[in-house]
Amino acid sequence: MQWETVIGLEIHTQLATRSKIFSATSTAFGAEPNTQASAIDLGLPGVLPVLNEEAVRLAVRFGAAIGAEIAPRSVFARKNYFYPDLPKGYQISQYELPVVGRGQVEILLEDGSVKTIGVTRAHLEEDAGKSLHEDFQGYTGIDLNRAGTPLLEIVSEPDLRSPQEAVAYAKKIHQIVRYIGISDGNMQEGSFRMDANVSVRPVGQKTFGTRAEIKNVNSFRFLEKAIEFEVERQIELIERGGQVVQETRLYDPTKDETRSMRTKEEANDYRYFPDPDLLPLEIDAAFIEAATADLPELPDAKRARFRADYGLSDYDANLLTASRELADYFEAVARICGEPKLAANWVSGELMAALNKSERDISDSPVSAAQLAGLLERIQDKTLSGKLAKQVFEAMFQGEGEVDAIIKARGLKQITDTGAIETMIDAIIAANPAQVEQYRAGKDKVFGFFVGQVMKASAGKANPAQVNELLKRKLQG
Amino acid sequence: MQNKSIAELAADLRLRRYSSLELTRHYLERIERLDARLNSYITVDAEGALAAAERADEALRRDAAGPLTGIPIAHKDIFCTAGLRTTCASRMLENFTAPYDATVVERLAAAGAVVLGKTNMDEFAMGSSNETSHFGPVRNPWDAARVPGGSSGGSAAAVAARLCAAATGTDTGGSIRQPAAFCGITGIKPTYGRCSRWGMIAFASSLDQAGVMARSAADAACLLDEMAGFDRRDSTSAEVPVPDYVDSLDDDLHGLRIGLPKEYFGEGLDPGVARSVEAAIREYEQLGATIKDISLPNSPLSVPVYYVVAPAECSSNLARFDGVRYGHRCEHPASLEDLYTRSRAEGFGAEVRRRIMIGTYVLSAGYYDAYYLKAQKIRQLIAQDFRRAFEEVDVILGPTSPTTAFALGAKLDDPVAMYLNDIYTIATNLAGLPGMSIPIEPVAGLPVGLQLIGNYFQEARLLNVAHRFQHATHWHQAAPAGFE
Repeated sequence: MQWETVIGLEIHTQLATRSKIFSATSTAFGAEPNTQASAIDLGLPGVLPVLNEEAVRLAVRFGAAIGAEIAPRSVFARKNYFYPDLPKGYQISQYELPVVGRGQVEILLEDGSVKTIGVTRAHLEEDAGKSLHEDFQGYTGIDLNRAGTPLLEIVSEPDLRSPQEAVAYAKKIHQIVRYIGISDGNMQEGSFRMDANVSVRPVGQKTFGTRAEIKNVNSFRFLEKAIEFEVERQIELIERGGQVVQETRLYDPTKDETRSMRTKEEANDYRYFPDPDLLPLEIDAAFIEAATADLPELPDAKRARFRADYGLSDYDANLLTASRELADYFEAVARICGEPKLAANWVSGELMAALNKSERDISDSPVSAAQLAGLLERIQDKTLSGKLAKQVFEAMFQGEGEVDAIIKARGLKQITDTGAIETMIDAIIAANPAQVEQYRAGKDKVFGFFVGQVMKASAGKANPAQVNELLKRKLQG
Repeated sequence: MQNKSIAELAADLRLRRYSSLELTRHYLERIERLDARLNSYITVDAEGALAAAERADEALRRDAAGPLTGIPIAHKDIFCTAGLRTTCASRMLENFTAPYDATVVERLAAAGAVVLGKTNMDEFAMGSSNETSHFGPVRNPWDAARVPGGSSGGSAAAVAARLCAAATGTDTGGSIRQPAAFCGITGIKPTYGRCSRWGMIAFASSLDQAGVMARSAADAACLLDEMAGFDRRDSTSAEVPVPDYVDSLDDDLHGLRIGLPKEYFGEGLDPGVARSVEAAIREYEQLGATIKDISLPNSPLSVPVYYVVAPAECSSNLARFDGVRYGHRCEHPASLEDLYTRSRAEGFGAEVRRRIMIGTYVLSAGYYDAYYLKAQKIRQLIAQDFRRAFEEVDVILGPTSPTTAFALGAKLDDPVAMYLNDIYTIATNLAGLPGMSIPIEPVAGLPVGLQLIGNYFQEARLLNVAHRFQHATHWHQAAPAGFE
């Protein structure tokens, strides 16, 4: 039987506010346990939440970025359950009336086509604390620094049909939240966590199969692997005559499998009801206008512009718009050197490779956009060959200084003096009569030997185009 | 001294007839001598009170006195007090001390009030008789075999017995007005949102409101002046200007339109209480008011609605008492489940547990629409009844409670009978309106309360209507035997 996979994602993205969603406590990452937990975060008796306006502003920006309706009135609700890292015994979230309504994003499929994925809603909520199960023999440590951190939960429609589509969608949301500056998207620190609802059905069937929810995946690679495993598990189960049960599962990356956490029967009844401590959240046009006035160009628009304005390929345009920082870097290089394609090749090639190798982000690249543009200018004015330029680039990346200083210090200036190249060629021809004979007898491959000899003699500095041209002439004799 | 009004005490302190230290010692001595009969205080803070009194005297010497400087008061033990334990009359919080003051506590302290201690109450404010307290029941100063009402029974008894000049209370379904009625004092529950709920331990957040329990409307006005007002730490507190409640106390009542809801004078109302209320109505006619019969057709539904909404909110509000971070924790928990269930079963009394269970039930999947949602809809209808009524009248008047104080233990085993005690007070909380209770002619030696209900933020009018009555009558001046 042919099976179709159906996936919906719930993404929790931490909003980049300075203080928590309902208290004035700092949200900075990495502090000593429980040093960033006030009476409100601890859920002491008599304390009350007050909504952080900045969190609302960031949620509104997201809504605008995905073309969603911003609810003029939304409501905070309590999600009730007991857990030691949930201080109040309930999480303040939004349930029936979320702040961001239906919107959509476009993802690029592997075959180059574009698919629209519906976003059902996005709502504001507070994060819980952390339970630390290691380090405490027979006990669980509770760190409430994270309790009350603002989250935007972004819920997709079940529009995704493969693990790859799910990853493309997740990456797109990740890209958007970082573009519009509402989240640092730092996956190691838990700023971007994904839950995947996965089900399968026979191709052609209209109704959905029973779904399992894979909780708390924090990398795109794991997301893909977890869904792959889950799809296979479900298909195998059904084909063996079994039934998928609605349940929550966890992905274990070390074993590359998902495991049952709890079934629907064991699931909590969260007893949602409107939080009487908070008034309904009312958002007017002026607030939306102020929150979205400085929204930057979004990834899709930027990609289209890069293709149109700079003549970049789909591949390059996609790559160079992956983040705002990278796109800005590329544009700066292209502007200074005036050669967008050359700039694109260098940024997506040498620079990205070097950054990846040294595990650095574009924002802390040791080579600035101006420096890279300076290097490209030396290629354009023929001071450097491509090969020499790579040497200079490496030196710059190691922090050895500016382009011209490195060229000078290393004597890397390209030899373009025809006389000097001719002298070298003459000497090599004279020294290798046998090879000259072979070439003249029609063995073209020997040509490469001569090029190599000349480059060696010039310590790689001879202009390759000139070498080629002069060699051909002289060898034909 | 203990029979003087707050205005008189403040004047005496300014004239150095006696110091705040003397006044405070006088009250502490009375508590020491008399409170064993009542159990109205859970915690007496003699040391803190004397230190505050010394600071008050210092301020008086420097002519830097506030309106309440040196006046000894008490706080219901539901208000958090930094450094002084706050129990909510529960074993759960028997040893809990908050690191912060409730806004109400902070504002009264800023006005110079001296805090004698924390008063007894029904556990987590759940009760109408003050019998659910972990620290034992409070007795009615008028008859030690009877209850003082609840949940602010300790504050009511302490004020009636002159064990403080005035006290704070909270009112979720009648918890200020009903004990005020039973103890023969004046109590005001302001409009929802008038006083900040910050630092006030939540029972039912959409109904809870802080207020004053005092011997007269004039005294209540002095405290409310300081307590009321917007607080940015409470999102539900109202950004509505606060008038001077003392200024308008003496306003003339000619032309005042009083409404009598027929639902408040029907079956279940004690005939003696009814006669007292009728006499009070005649007094108001003498004062120039016109009387009009009105109807609040949905008010009979207020008790069932309340016993869905309040437990629902309480089941969630009290979830934080889980034995993990503070409060009672069971010994040697075997598992997390065991820690939760035993800590909560041991920490909460029977009535609190009952309400948590009711609330959990009405919010459960499959029951939410039938109970919680329906109750919220009826709540809107109840509020609408009042809105219509206030198009025709300025103040609504009726009995506070259907009976006078009942005997200790009389209703303890019958929760529904206990709940019905609040039949006249609950609708006010559901609508968020301000309400008062003032003493009128007693029945068989027991106090009777007259309830006054005003439109939103009409506390000044209510206090004025109450004050004019107290100007013309003497019921509010009566003191229980042995506490004069």
